[in-house]
Amino acid sequence: MSYRYLEEVAIADVAFEAEGRTLSEVFEASALALTETMVDLDGLSPVQSRQISLTAEDLETLLFRWLAELIYLKDSACLLFGRFEISIREATEWELQATVWGDLIDYEKMSLRMDVKAVTYHLFALEQTPQGWRARIVLDI
Amino acid sequence: MDFKKIADGIWEAPPTAKKGMLVPARIYATDELFKEMDQGVFEQVTNVACLPGIQKYALCMPDGHWGYGFPIGGVAAMDTATGVISPGGIGFDINCGMRFLRTNLTEAEVKPKLRELVDQLFYAIPCGVGTKGPLRLKEDEFREVMVQGARGVIRRGYGWPEDAERIENSGCIPGADPAKVSAKATSRGINQLGTLGSGNHYLEIQVIYPGNIYDLDVARTLGVDREFQVVVMFHSGSRGFGHQVGTDYLEIFGRAMKRYGITVLDRELACAPFSSPEGQDYFKAMVCAANSAFANRQVITHRIREVFSDIFKRDARDLGLEIIYDVCHNIAKIERYRVDGQEKELLVHRKGATRSFPPGHPELAERYRAIGQPVIIGGSMETGSYLLIGTDKAMEDSFGSTAHGSGRTMSRTAARKKVHGRDLLQRMEQKGIYVRAASLSGVAEEAGMAYKDISAVVDAVEKLGISKKVVRLQPIGNIKG
Repeated sequence: MSYRYLEEVAIADVAFEAEGRTLSEVFEASALALTETMVDLDGLSPVQSRQISLTAEDLETLLFRWLAELIYLKDSACLLFGRFEISIREATEWELQATVWGDLIDYEKMSLRMDVKAVTYHLFALEQTPQGWRARIVLDI
Repeated sequence: MDFKKIADGIWEAPPTAKKGMLVPARIYATDELFKEMDQGVFEQVTNVACLPGIQKYALCMPDGHWGYGFPIGGVAAMDTATGVISPGGIGFDINCGMRFLRTNLTEAEVKPKLRELVDQLFYAIPCGVGTKGPLRLKEDEFREVMVQGARGVIRRGYGWPEDAERIENSGCIPGADPAKVSAKATSRGINQLGTLGSGNHYLEIQVIYPGNIYDLDVARTLGVDREFQVVVMFHSGSRGFGHQVGTDYLEIFGRAMKRYGITVLDRELACAPFSSPEGQDYFKAMVCAANSAFANRQVITHRIREVFSDIFKRDARDLGLEIIYDVCHNIAKIERYRVDGQEKELLVHRKGATRSFPPGHPELAERYRAIGQPVIIGGSMETGSYLLIGTDKAMEDSFGSTAHGSGRTMSRTAARKKVHGRDLLQRMEQKGIYVRAASLSGVAEEAGMAYKDISAVVDAVEKLGISKKVVRLQPIGNIKG
């Protein structure tokens, strides 16, 4: 599982590429890349948890909704998450069940960075590779 | 991409440049600014030229750069009867905009208290990731704000009665329907009124230095005509509320497009016919977000007045802290233009572009009828900003639009590699600009070198005649989200 930020893509925003051997790993890597855009992960403790359940008709939409949900919780509950346990399965639709751990946003304890407004569909990709899965995401800053 | 210079400052790609283009794509820029533009602009403005119902040409302003869907700086006018509405032509930060306040204070009066002033503003106006504002509204009260805009908070004591008429659309765009807003959008934004945000959002204390007043008559009418006069400018939008409305409808439009048989070249250009149920629902929800952005900037205005009043031990009215104007630069508006000799009702998308209405325009408040609409163009945190005024030429050439800022030329990651936030703060302090920032890495990303030359952008729009320079403003204090 890994991610890297793409330097010369959508220059006013943040673009990243995430990889994982499994779907769960690529979803986890994408979530970490999202959180690291907003905060230094070293200062983020896993002291609060939330359960997230999502469904979608396809995997791309599921990934979009997953990241959108984490962005929603950042504003509605003032929570940022750095640890994730994710399971994804295909039933009538694609289903995601996750437990996420993190902490309340606190400028005293954390080194905060840029706020993320939204996940965009610009250049959005989730594809299978010989090693597993790769996602490319552009976040609106 | 096949862009040719067709007149001074105008570059055009014909509809044959890309499959699916319905109209030409135009970029307004000087030779230098055109050369600096990234490939993303060319791709994106020609993608916009493919959208159903687009009129005359897809446009990009001189501050244009690579965005998502539309380029930043993009303007596109759609026929309201046959055209589409696209959330990607507005952006997630619905009614992101600029507000500009004057004061009676001079630089000499403010300088000795500058640190105290900036520090106190930094605490009074929450900024950065996941912050809450001073208002605790119930859901039905927040829905009132969605409909009433700036007046919805002015009547709660956050402002003066005359403030509303000094805002684009008097701080309230008609047509809001809170029933079209999701519960998620409401819960995400309900506690954020009065917060600045992050990224390129900022609040600045600025000064009008000698030689920086270009149109004394207009400057005098607006009350920004004195050398060394101190003014306040800030950049903020609809916060999490608007971001969630954009996210919700991007998904809805993705599904609707299949039903309407529309295909687009970038999923962020997802759109629906403006007259369709989805198009109308989004418009009504977008107006809710736009009105909440006016309310957000209104609460911030109130906090600015409180802080100035506290620091200078004088009433805010006595300090002359009046609103000069407030502009939206991420929005879609129903406006009337002449196309092929006929007056038409159009839906003008402006994504990183400012309305630039001329003197005498019927939509302008009485106060601005004789001079035209003030246009606020915010620069990078190091370089300064401009106040301009709208022109007739904008109505003819750019669907009543002009530039909105200086426009990025360097990615955030590249800027962070080139400069450290702490070094930049020191350098700015040596130049006499005191900065308080929520994030040091954020400061580095917003360094002046990451942006185009704002004066070149402003000179370009003035040469094109789509707005006219009034005053240049230079920062002495800055709060960075």
